[in-house]
Amino acid sequence: MSLVLLTPFDLALAAVLVLLLAAMSWYLHLGVERRLLIAAARSTVQLMLVGLVLKALFAQTNPWLIGLMALFMLAVAGIEVLQRQKRRFRGPWGYGIGAFSMFISSFSVLFLTLTLIIRVEPWYQPQYLIPLLGMLLGNTMSGAAIALDTLTRGAWDARGRIEARLLAGGTWDQAIASLRRDSLRAGLIPIVNAMATAGLVSLPGMMTGQILAGSPPMEAAKYQLLMMFVISAGTGLGSVAAVWLGSRRLFDERERLRLDRLRDQGRDRGQ
Amino acid sequence: MGALRLEAVRPRVLAPVNLTLEAGELVFICGPSGSGKSLLLRAVADLDPHAGEVWLGTEARSTMAPARWRQRVGLLPAEAFWWADAVGEHFPAAARREQDVDERVAPRSADRGHDDLLATLGFAPDVLDWSVARLSTGERQRLALARLLAQGPEALLLDEATANLDPSNRERVELVVETYRVAAAAAILWVSHDPEQRERLGGRQFGIRDGRLGQTEAATADPARLEDGR
Repeated sequence: MSLVLLTPFDLALAAVLVLLLAAMSWYLHLGVERRLLIAAARSTVQLMLVGLVLKALFAQTNPWLIGLMALFMLAVAGIEVLQRQKRRFRGPWGYGIGAFSMFISSFSVLFLTLTLIIRVEPWYQPQYLIPLLGMLLGNTMSGAAIALDTLTRGAWDARGRIEARLLAGGTWDQAIASLRRDSLRAGLIPIVNAMATAGLVSLPGMMTGQILAGSPPMEAAKYQLLMMFVISAGTGLGSVAAVWLGSRRLFDERERLRLDRLRDQGRDRGQ
Repeated sequence: MGALRLEAVRPRVLAPVNLTLEAGELVFICGPSGSGKSLLLRAVADLDPHAGEVWLGTEARSTMAPARWRQRVGLLPAEAFWWADAVGEHFPAAARREQDVDERVAPRSADRGHDDLLATLGFAPDVLDWSVARLSTGERQRLALARLLAQGPEALLLDEATANLDPSNRERVELVVETYRVAAAAAILWVSHDPEQRERLGGRQFGIRDGRLGQTEAATADPARLEDGR
């Protein structure tokens, strides 16, 4: 079994399906045809560009270029985490907490995976590093975003209860403990669910890709398992870091609950 | 127990406040809503960022861990919040201990003072097993006071402690606060809208006008104690 190469004509055939969908949307007044076409065009351009960039990266194996690509991916993931927050931290913290948590979790788990588990030589070989980092970042991003969002929204809603604990002589740590637990749980649920149902409904994307590329299904399953394990470790670590940093930032040095460090809902620039 | 001394405490909407309450002294504050009474109490309890220093006896707030300060200078907010399901879970561990021990082994005599306090407020000791969701507004308010006193504060900041209570329960709360003030020699700063209550219990009275705290009746106290800060 070998890889069937796709020609531009094959892709054009698939694109006709999207055009048909857009026509149907126009005919039925669904109003999504414009957005659908723009999204399809965007994904075409983005994926072609990534393909080109990766082709260049693979050809050179230059650690600096690979590092740059990794940082770019991290930067975009940071923006995504920020945008998923209903109440974000003001100033550089809003971006910083999410990006830093993803950085320490994804990059450390990635490094361990490449050096200790897969043992590629050199460890930064882009053919392994970039796709693995992408999967790690994508999942850690969801985990950290959900966890941070639960934390900041929860703190906003539970202000009275948190301050009641402070007034009862509790430390900031005790006052936020239950909310911190809830936030972490919320951040971990998606990956736990993904592991629990893996393979039953749909084959995970990476396994699908490997099977299509001609790998024996058992090998693809093993790689997928490996990825799920390291992804859950990365997501867990990233959520813990984000929740810890975020909950610390909610209190100041006198252990006061500082909701003024969060942006008001719906307003872009506070005060 | 010691005096409570506010030194240029400056909540968001008020001019700096200098005020000394002797140990065991009761001081009332009144003023229109939104004038900053609650903010002043929150500042003393160190819940909001602000300038100024507060002393309890000879100890400065800034030298004390925040949690310790808030335990010793207890604030009763206008609205009491409950973070757990059962009433008893909100009480300090020492007051709760008798619940955890098997009652046949250790009869309920371990904490008589605590049961007395609940009884004076009109509750049976088993109130600690009640679910918070079942409580009425008035019951919540009275139990919040019991919860606060159970942590043994050396000074009290009361924000409308009797606002939602009927006359008989209001008397109960006043009695409990007065008993505690005398027994523990605790300084009490009480925000109250009720002129009769202020009349009944006595003590110096301050009002807030135009963002400044000023004494409204010079009846009992030394006016020099209040220096205007600005």
